[in-house]
Amino acid sequence: MSNRILEVENLTIEIPVPSGMLHPVQDVSIHVDRGETLCIVGESGCGKSLTSLAIMDLLPSKAVRTSTKLELDGQNIINLSEREMSDIRGDRMGMIFQEPMTSLNPAYTIGNQLTETLMRHRNVSHEEARVRAVDLLEKVGITAAASRLGQYPHQLSGGLRQRVMIAMTLMCGPDLIIADEPTTALDVTIQAQILHLLANLQKEFSMGMILITHDLGVVARIADRVCVMYAGQIVESGTAEQVYNAPTHPYTQGLLASIPIPGKTKRGEHLGSIPGIVPSLIGEMTGCHFASRCTYASDNCRNDPINPQPAASDGHRYSCILPTDICASNYARQKESAL
Amino acid sequence: MDDASQTQETAPIELELIEPTPGSRLRKRIFGHAGLIVGVTVLGVIFLMAILAPLISPGDPFDQQLARKLIPPVWHDHAKASWEHPLGTDYLGRDYMTRLFYGAQISLLIGFAAMLISGVIGTTLGVMAGYFGGRVDMFVNFVVTTRLSMPVVLVALAVVSLIGSSLTVVIWVLGLLIWDRFAVVMRSATQQVRNLDFVAAAQALGCSTTRIIMSEIMPNIVNHLIVIATLEMAHAILLEAALSFLGLGVQPPEPSWGLMISEAKGMLFFDPWLITIPGIALFALVLSINLLGDGMRDVTAPENRN
Amino acid sequence: MVNFALKRFGVAVLVALTVSILSFSMIYLSGDPAVALAGEGSTSEDVETIRIYYGFDRPIYVQYFDWLWNALNGHLGTSNYLRSDVSEVIFERLPTTMLLGASALTFALVLSIPLGVLAAIRPNSLIDRVALSIAVVGQAMPSFWLALTMILWFGINWRLLPITGTDSWLNFIMPSVALGYYVTPAVMRLTRAGMLEVLSSDYIRTARAKGLRPMTVLFKHALRNAIIPVVSLTAVQFGFMLGGSIVIETIFNINGLGFLAWESIQRADLPVMQAIVLVLSIFYILLTFFSDLVNAFLDPRIRVA
Repeated sequence: MSNRILEVENLTIEIPVPSGMLHPVQDVSIHVDRGETLCIVGESGCGKSLTSLAIMDLLPSKAVRTSTKLELDGQNIINLSEREMSDIRGDRMGMIFQEPMTSLNPAYTIGNQLTETLMRHRNVSHEEARVRAVDLLEKVGITAAASRLGQYPHQLSGGLRQRVMIAMTLMCGPDLIIADEPTTALDVTIQAQILHLLANLQKEFSMGMILITHDLGVVARIADRVCVMYAGQIVESGTAEQVYNAPTHPYTQGLLASIPIPGKTKRGEHLGSIPGIVPSLIGEMTGCHFASRCTYASDNCRNDPINPQPAASDGHRYSCILPTDICASNYARQKESAL
Repeated sequence: MDDASQTQETAPIELELIEPTPGSRLRKRIFGHAGLIVGVTVLGVIFLMAILAPLISPGDPFDQQLARKLIPPVWHDHAKASWEHPLGTDYLGRDYMTRLFYGAQISLLIGFAAMLISGVIGTTLGVMAGYFGGRVDMFVNFVVTTRLSMPVVLVALAVVSLIGSSLTVVIWVLGLLIWDRFAVVMRSATQQVRNLDFVAAAQALGCSTTRIIMSEIMPNIVNHLIVIATLEMAHAILLEAALSFLGLGVQPPEPSWGLMISEAKGMLFFDPWLITIPGIALFALVLSINLLGDGMRDVTAPENRN
Repeated sequence: MVNFALKRFGVAVLVALTVSILSFSMIYLSGDPAVALAGEGSTSEDVETIRIYYGFDRPIYVQYFDWLWNALNGHLGTSNYLRSDVSEVIFERLPTTMLLGASALTFALVLSIPLGVLAAIRPNSLIDRVALSIAVVGQAMPSFWLALTMILWFGINWRLLPITGTDSWLNFIMPSVALGYYVTPAVMRLTRAGMLEVLSSDYIRTARAKGLRPMTVLFKHALRNAIIPVVSLTAVQFGFMLGGSIVIETIFNINGLGFLAWESIQRADLPVMQAIVLVLSIFYILLTFFSDLVNAFLDPRIRVA
C-alpha cells in the first residue's frame, strides 16, 4: 500500500456563464499522503471548495473539469463513470461540509443516515451497520450514542451535528477525507474540539486529510502541509513551518502580514492589507492572477504563463518569477517597515 | 520607511463596467419574455374585439333568422357556408362571429368587475391581517378558512338560483366568493414588508396607520396584487362561463361564451363548431390573462417564480 | 403532536359551526321560505299553515339549533321534491362522487408528480418546457369545454369510450380526466418547485458525497422532503374537485352528489341544497384537518417538536 493517497496534477475547471467562460480553478496540483493533513488556504472565492468538489466529481453539471493526473491511492479516477464514482464516494473518499445545520436530511433519523452509507457500500446487515454507527458516534465524542440513533437532526446542536457528519464520513473507513471549512459555522470553543477530534481520528484511521479553510489560525493548529490559493491558482505550497516562517510568494507574505498578533501589534497601528480586489476570472486569463495587486509586479508577470518555481529540495514551492532571495528580502523589508 | 515600494507602481486595471439602468433592464426583461408578449398581444386582440364589436361585427347578436340557422363557418365545404357569416350561425340563425365579439364584452366585463370586488375585499382583509397581526390575523384566518370550506360553484349556483340571475348578481356573487387568494397572498406580502426598517421609521415619526399602510406598505406589495388580480380575473371568467353553461349565469339571449356552449351542446354531433369556437375564445382569453400574470411576476419579482 | 392535533381540531369545529350557520341561512335568501314552499297561487292561509307546519314561525336561533341537532343526528331534513329523507338520498349518491373524485385525483397525481420530478431534474430542458406548457394550458381550459370536446372525439367520432352513465370503469375515464386535469398544473408546479429547491440543498449534496445511488438520492432523500407541501395541496384540491364535480356529473350524466345538487337547484329543493353544501363543507374541513396531521407526521420537525 503506497503512502500517497491523492495525486492531482494540473486540475482546471471551466464553467460557462452568461458573460463568458469562468475559470475558477487553474492548473492546481496537490498531493496528500496517508496520515498527512494538507490545508488549502485562501480567501473566499479563490476556488478551494471547487477544487475539492472536482476531486469528488461533484461539480455542477455545467462545469468542465480537466486534469493531467487524478489518482486516488494509485488508481486513476479522472475518467470514471458516475456509477463508478458513486462507488468510490463515501467508501474510499469522504467529505465533510461547512454547514452542519443543513447538511443532514431533516426527514430521517441520525441512525438511518449513518447506516445507509455502510449498507450501500458493504454487504452488511442492518444490525451490523447499527453497531458500527454506535461505535463511531462514541469515537467522535457523542455520549449515549445508542439512543442518539433514533433522534432527528433538528434535535441536535450544531457541534453535535458536525460530529455526526464526521462519524457518517468514517462509516466505511475511507482513505481520504476532505473537510471543507468544517468549523467555520461553529462557535470558537467548539471549533477547537472538532479540530482536535479530526486530528485524532486521522491518526487512528491513518487517513489522508485535506482541510479547506480561510482561517490561518486553523491552519497553524492542524496542518502538516499548506497550499495557498489565490484566484484559482496555487501560489505557494510547502510544510506549515516553511510557509509560516518563510513565506515566499508576495500574496502569502501579504496574508501573513495582515494577521494582528496579540501582544506584538501595537494599538492604533495600521493592520496589513492587500490593496485592490480579486480580478474577474471570466474570459481569457494570462499570467499571474495576483499581478494586479502585487507591489512587485512587472509586465512579465501579467503576460507570461504562470510557472511555478521548481520545488526547493525541501519541497517548498511557489509561483512567482522573482527568485527566492529577492522575495525573502522583500519580506524582511516589509516586516521592518511595519514595526 | 520606503514609500516608493508601497505605492502602486502599476495602474489599476480598468474594468469596463457599464451599469444598465433599471429602466433598460426592465425593458429587456419584458421584451425577452415570450409568454408576456404573447399574453399581452392575445389579450389586446380580444380587448379590441370587445371594444370594437359594434363596428366590426357582420350583424347583430340578437338578430334571429331561423331560415339561416346552423350555417357552418366558411372553411366547411358546405353549400350554405359564405363570407356573409364567416363563423356560421347558431341554432336561432344568429351570426356567430357577432355573438363571439359581443361575448368578449361580457367575459371581460364580468371578469374585471368581479376581480375588482374580490380584490378590494381580499386585499383589505389580507393587509389588515398582515399589518396588525394578533387577533385581527386570527380572525381573518378564520374567515378565510371558512370561505375555503365552502364549495364555490355550488354556493354560487345556489345563491343565484334563489335570488335570480342577472349580470349584476353574477358579478357580485363571484366577487363575494373569490377573494380568498387575495387575502392569503396580500397577508403574507404585508407580513414580509411590515417588519422592515422603513416601516419602523415611519412609525417612529408618528405617521398614522393609514398613512403607513398606504404610502409605505402598499407600494411594496402592489406587484403581488397585480399578479393575483390577473389570476383571479381569469378565475372569474372561467366561473362565469361555468355558471352560464349550467344556465345560472348570464341569461339568454345574451351572448355569454359559456351560454353559447351550453346552447350548442345538443348539436355536438352535427355542428361541433358551435362549441369549438366559443371554447377556443374562452381558452385564449384565460390563457392570455394567465400568461400576462405569470409574465408580470417573472419580470418584476422572479424569485417568486413557481 | 397531540397539542397540535387538538388545536387544529378545535379550529375545525369552529369553522364547521360557522359553515353550518351559513348553509342554514341560505334558506332565507329567497325571501320568506314559507311563501317559496307554498308555491304560486297559494293563499295566505296556505302559507300560514305551511309556516307553522315547517316551524318557520319559531325564532331563528331555535330553528337553527333544531336543524343543527337533527343534522348531528344524521337527519338532514326531508326533501321537498323526493319526499324522502335527505340523508338517505345524499348518502346514496355520495359514493359515486367519491369514486369519481378519487379517480380524478389519481389521474392528476399520476400525471403531475412524475412530470414535476422530471422537470426538476432537467430544468429548462425539453421535458421541463413540455411540463410547464401542460400546466399553463391546463389552467386555461374550461372543464366543461374539455369534457364536451372529449365526448366529441372519444365518444362520438372515434367511438372509443362511453359518454354517459356509470356502467363500467370505462365510463369513468373521460369524467376523471375532465375533472382531474384542473388540479394537475398546481400539483406539477409545486412538485417541480419543491424538487428544485430540495435538489439544491445541502443534504442532497451530502447524500451524493456519500456515494448513494442516484435513485436513492432522488426518491428517498429529495422527493420525501419535496412532497410535503404537495400533500396539503392535494387535499385542498380534492375538496375543490368535489365542489366542481357538479359540472362534470351533469355533462356525463353521472348520478352522484353533484348531479343531485344540480337537480335540487333546478327544483328549488332547499333542504337538499343546504344539506349538500353542509356535507361537502364538513368533508372539506375534515380533509384539511387530516392533511394537517399527515403533514405534521411527514415532517419530523413538527412531529417531534
